Amino acid sequence: MATSAITHPLPAATGFASTLRIFGKETKYEFLKLMRTKSFSLSTIGFPVMFYVLFGIANRNAFAGSIHIAKYMLGGYACFGLIGAALFGIGVGLAGEIAAGWLELKRASPMPAPAYLFAKCASAVGFGLIIVSILTAIALSVGGVSLTFTELIKMLGMTIVGSISFASMGLLLALVIPANAATGIVNLIYLPMSFLSGLWMPLRFMPHWLQGVAPALPTYHLSQLMLSIFGYADSVSLATHWNALLGFTLLMLGLSWLIFHRKEQNA
Amino acid sequence: MPLNAIAYETEQLAAKTSVSAPQRPIATLINVTKRYGATVALDGLSLSLHPGEVVALLGPNGAGKSTAVKLLLGLIAPTSGTSRVFGSDPREATTRTRVGAMLQVARITETLRVREHLDLFRSYYPHPLPIADILRIAQLQGIEDRFFGQLSGGQKQRVLYALAICGNPDLIFLDEPTVGMDIEARRSLWQQIRSLSAQGKTVLLTTHYLEEADALAHRIIVINKGRVISAGTPTEIKRNNGGRTIRCQTRLSREFLQTLPSVSNVEFNEGAVVVTTSEAETVVREMLLRDETLSNLEIASPALEDAFLALTRNQ
Repeated sequence: MATSAITHPLPAATGFASTLRIFGKETKYEFLKLMRTKSFSLSTIGFPVMFYVLFGIANRNAFAGSIHIAKYMLGGYACFGLIGAALFGIGVGLAGEIAAGWLELKRASPMPAPAYLFAKCASAVGFGLIIVSILTAIALSVGGVSLTFTELIKMLGMTIVGSISFASMGLLLALVIPANAATGIVNLIYLPMSFLSGLWMPLRFMPHWLQGVAPALPTYHLSQLMLSIFGYADSVSLATHWNALLGFTLLMLGLSWLIFHRKEQNA
Repeated sequence: MPLNAIAYETEQLAAKTSVSAPQRPIATLINVTKRYGATVALDGLSLSLHPGEVVALLGPNGAGKSTAVKLLLGLIAPTSGTSRVFGSDPREATTRTRVGAMLQVARITETLRVREHLDLFRSYYPHPLPIADILRIAQLQGIEDRFFGQLSGGQKQRVLYALAICGNPDLIFLDEPTVGMDIEARRSLWQQIRSLSAQGKTVLLTTHYLEEADALAHRIIVINKGRVISAGTPTEIKRNNGGRTIRCQTRLSREFLQTLPSVSNVEFNEGAVVVTTSEAETVVREMLLRDETLSNLEIASPALEDAFLALTRNQ
């Protein structure tokens, strides 16, 4: 029965247009899914908005030297929001899809794997942009914050950069944490990391020994890049922050790649 | 041993007319071994699937059924041996455009509508079936705008079936397809599987329901501990494992019946005798010659279940 390989005609590789269509549909439905998953959309959008309203707006008239605290906090909560969207959307979402066997079924289909990853990443970027836009609208309307057009565009650009960077961390988390504990574990990483990097309140108001922890955290480097748009960054050079963020992203992607291949071999 | 009327047996054979003559296989596993650490999931397993066939893969839990399916789907690579689908490595993307799969999935995205799931999956394939056809075949009309999370267990299974066939594939893997379906839905899915086969498509089915394998499969491959322990048509499997039973009322003695060739068991039960034999025709002819008063004659094949138990127990 086991005869040698017989060649059967296979359809030509799908064209560029159809690949593009797959990327589009995959992204559309990933975004729709996240939007409709209320536990995700309400909390990832709701928490940064609520915190900013509570703490940012309260500081609408507060200044520390030339720093407008409400504007400083806009940068911090923008990072807090976009990181949450990336870690929960990808980390928790993907962990669940792996555990349920859904990813396996997709892998058995002709779906191009990059389309799947792109959809996740693009949705994280989309949510990041939504959150940052809402925060900015609040800051401009009731926070007494003024932004130049250039600052606004740079903020949105940095949101895209940050979302992609932390999407890589979401990917790694999805591969290593069990799905039923994913939300809890992500919170345990996300919340302390945000606090220690000064995303909730400016680092200068924190104990000195705590300030020393921040440079070890990727969240700190992203927030400094965001704050540098307003001229609020600390004395460390921007190149250092960029390198740290890039190094962090590559490390996360490299580890994910290793773990994925190890899992595939042991599958 | 449950007795089935022989008429049923004949009818079934007639229903399976498209049993393929030896043809070139479209999918093969050749001497495949798959190890997970110290565990051997598949141990030198070979099997082949031919166009138009419905093949059932049977085996107890942990026998290696899912591993075999995953190898043919290219989800895992064999430790040694070869896996070929349409002449190429199943891990290649182009091979997958001709393959559909229904795997055991805990759940798929619950916040997408049935129609949206189909729209997405159709986009993966170069020549998908029209949505209306898929809805009709998988009997999803009327629920196409519901969220997956709102569906019943049987409806969810039908959506997964729809995803398996939406790309109009030539080779379809169905892993426990009718779990959670009521009897009516199960029968109608069987009808769909038969019509796939009639269109020349190949179906590999794993199932816990032996009745399902018996009713659908042209060929059954029984595996246990990663090896093929028996393969053949359902009738062959049943006949080769336990033989057929003759039930009648007769004056012949137990001692005499036991001396007849190929008789493996004689039991008296409520005034009737039940003789188990691998050559029912010869034994019956002899019995009729010896006892003119013989009455209420029935000849039956054992249920596949009994053959299956006999097979896996002997391992």
